[in-house]
Amino acid sequence: MKRPVFALLAGALFGAGLIVAGMTQPARVIGFLSPTGAWDPTLAVVMVAAVAVYAVFVRAIGFSLPARRDLDARLLIGAALFGAGWGIGGFCPGPGIVAAAAGNASALLFVLAMIAGMIVHDRFMVRRRARPAAR
Amino acid sequence: MSVVVMAALGGVLIGGASALLLRSHGRIAGISGILGGLLQDTQERGWRLAFVAGLVLAGVVAMVVAPSAIGSSLRTPPMVVLAGLLVGIGTRMGNGCTSGHGVCGLARGSVRSLVAVATFMTTGVLATLLVGGAA
Repeated sequence: MKRPVFALLAGALFGAGLIVAGMTQPARVIGFLSPTGAWDPTLAVVMVAAVAVYAVFVRAIGFSLPARRDLDARLLIGAALFGAGWGIGGFCPGPGIVAAAAGNASALLFVLAMIAGMIVHDRFMVRRRARPAAR
Repeated sequence: MSVVVMAALGGVLIGGASALLLRSHGRIAGISGILGGLLQDTQERGWRLAFVAGLVLAGVVAMVVAPSAIGSSLRTPPMVVLAGLLVGIGTRMGNGCTSGHGVCGLARGSVRSLVAVATFMTTGVLATLLVGGAA
C-alpha cells in the first residue's frame, strides 16, 4: 500500500480540495479571521467538513496514533507565531504551495520565506539532546 | 454552485485526501510537517516529495483551468516575507498547522491540537485586527 503514487494522489486531491474550498484565496482566509469586519465563514465550513470526514475514517479503520498529551511553551508559542503569520499573509503552508505552483508571485514569496523560517527554526531553535532509548 | 457547497466539497476532498495518506502510508497529512521533513536530511523523503508534487500538480492545473481560484496576499512584499517567516518558524515550533492540528488533530480528539488551534485562531484574528482585516 505504501506506494508513492498514493502519496501523489493524496497531495493532488488535497490541493484540489483547497482550491475548490476557496482556501487559495487569502482574502477569504483573512475574511474568516476578521469577525469584526465583513466576516467570511467559509473556512469554518471547510474545517468542519474535513474534520468530519477524517474523523469518521480514523475511527473506521481503528487507527491508533500516539497522541502527545503535554502542553508546552513550544506548542503555544509556535501556534501563536503561526497564527500571526497566517493572519498577516492569509496563507498557510498548503494553500501557499498550491498558489505558488499556480504561478502566484505573492504565494511564491510567501513559500520561500516560509522555507527560510523552517530552516532557521530547525537549525537554531532546536535544542539537540540525545534521544532516550525507549519511546 | 454556492460558496458554501464548494467549501463543503473542498473540505470533503481535504479530509478524504488526508485519510488516503493515513491509509497508504500511516502518516498525518500535516503540510508543515511534510514540508519540514523534506528540509531535513534524516527524514523519509519519497512519500513527502510525492505528496508535495501532488500539491504542485493541483496548482498547475488550477493555473490552467481555474486561475480565478488563486488569489494574492493582501499585503506588501515585506509583510508577505514576515508572514512566511512567522509561519515557517511557528509551524515547526508548534509542530503543526491548519492541516496537521486543525484537521487531523481535531479529528483525533487531540488536546494538544485543540489548544494549538485555539491559539493560532486567536493570534490570527489579532493579526488581522492589527494589520487589516476584510474590506
